[in-house]
Amino acid sequence: MSILIIAEHDNQSLKPVTLNLLSAAQAIGGEVAILVAGNGCAAVAEAAAALPGVGQVLVADHAAYEHQLAENVSKLVVELAEGRSHLLAASTTSGKNVMPRVAALLGVNQLSDVLAVETPDRFKRAIYAGNAIATVESADAVKVMTIRGTAFDPAAAKGGSAEVVRVNSVHQSADIAFVGEELAKSDRPELTAARVVVSGGRGMGNGENFELLNRVADKLGAAVGASRAAVDAGFVPNDMQVGQTGKMVAPELYIAVGISGAIQHLAGMKDSKVIVAINKDEEAPIFQVADYGLVADLFEAVPALEAQL
Amino acid sequence: MKVLVAVKRVIDYNVKVRVKADQSDVDLANVKMALNPFCEIAVEEAVRLKEQGVATEVVVVSVGSKACQEQLRTALALGADRALQVEAADGPDSLSVARILAKVAEAEKPDLILLGKQAIDSDNNQTGQMLAALLDRPQATFASEVKVEGGELLVTREVDGGLQTLKLTLPAIVTTDLRLNEPRYASLPNIMKAKKKPLDVKTAEELGVTVASQVKLLKVEPPADRKAGIRVSSIEELVDKLRNEAKVIA
Repeated sequence: MSILIIAEHDNQSLKPVTLNLLSAAQAIGGEVAILVAGNGCAAVAEAAAALPGVGQVLVADHAAYEHQLAENVSKLVVELAEGRSHLLAASTTSGKNVMPRVAALLGVNQLSDVLAVETPDRFKRAIYAGNAIATVESADAVKVMTIRGTAFDPAAAKGGSAEVVRVNSVHQSADIAFVGEELAKSDRPELTAARVVVSGGRGMGNGENFELLNRVADKLGAAVGASRAAVDAGFVPNDMQVGQTGKMVAPELYIAVGISGAIQHLAGMKDSKVIVAINKDEEAPIFQVADYGLVADLFEAVPALEAQL
Repeated sequence: MKVLVAVKRVIDYNVKVRVKADQSDVDLANVKMALNPFCEIAVEEAVRLKEQGVATEVVVVSVGSKACQEQLRTALALGADRALQVEAADGPDSLSVARILAKVAEAEKPDLILLGKQAIDSDNNQTGQMLAALLDRPQATFASEVKVEGGELLVTREVDGGLQTLKLTLPAIVTTDLRLNEPRYASLPNIMKAKKKPLDVKTAEELGVTVASQVKLLKVEPPADRKAGIRVSSIEELVDKLRNEAKVIA
């Protein structure tokens, strides 16, 4: 078995989800190499080389790869796929953008959002918004997979010393160009990697009221998330959405505030270790998955919670 | 500009799915089916482009058994001009669907192909990207805004960190996210008119694609149940439980 992991990074630092990918690779077993495709990404390559159990770090450092454009990165991955049994990327918007392109170019299927490794050919993945778990077996010569990071414990980040190899080939499509981005700036931890997540729903009433959650989050070192209803209502930006079509989170503690608990929201958070629900509607479905439920007006309960922490 | 929209028939998003007792699959017998919500957004976007005078024709295609004609009629009622059903057994894999759509695109020569970012049954999120690769054309996935400017496409995408804007040369493939638009309801007169719009049927074989998958579904299980929790009566009790029972806060 020879596994290639596509590193998740922002050209400056290796994203923690790469450690979860490494752990998924170890569950499959075999030699592991990591591809760092980016621009000015030497620090990322260095961090990748320090991961224990990684044999080789392939670095493709060129402007064509700066924004992880699928047209360019997919062709690079295909070129490096020769002789590999598994190609792994995180189930992030970047991985989901690139990997199906890789699979199609190789003429194989992609296994999306894999939750568990049974054998090197057999995997579990969620379907129907997590209401069913499918076990699938792939006979493709190379398995192209995206991995749900929260389903695998992170591997160690230090102790390795992989060989770093430069890859000089450049794939640059003339049909696509990066124009710009608006990235949310926050000092809080990333939603998918946070130990505690505090999320708000439609019950928050407006965007300003999310400040109540921010204050609780600051005390707990938590990330702040939202339900689709809150994002659709324009209270908060899309990158905060937790659910089937947003982010999948599985923190140690998830506090759902003013969230009714639609199926598609539960799909994104029900693997959390401890779930707390605060909602004034005692019939809200969120209480069916909550370890601790409090029927209360959030505008009284949340400030009280903050005061107690 | 010609727009091709690919749509899928899936279980209605309000229906709670159940796993069959023999664990072979989920039970879809006598379950309400509908147009996949993301596909509906794709149809709406195409129709809006036509209403703006940007698109000249909207063609909608679906791969599946005859039953998916119902969803094609829905798309026609929303404003698509004509439809194509590619007859194939239900549940083809994403790669087969992408190969079929690539053949359709080669024949129809659309300038823009719109798809939903994922179907809410298999939750794969692949077909648009695969199609783009097979056609060797640019893609903009998870779109929340699409603008056509001077033969080029400006697309704002919902990415993990926020929003990203890309410029694409046509022909291009776009997959829709939730906030691209809010689909309209089909009016009764439009539903009636849709019955008269052209709907062609082809088979996968006629398009030269063999539907076969290397991925086998071995088992489908319900997810692990969470054991029922408790109600607390106050914030004090909640904080005490979190500190001393669950031990998740200091």
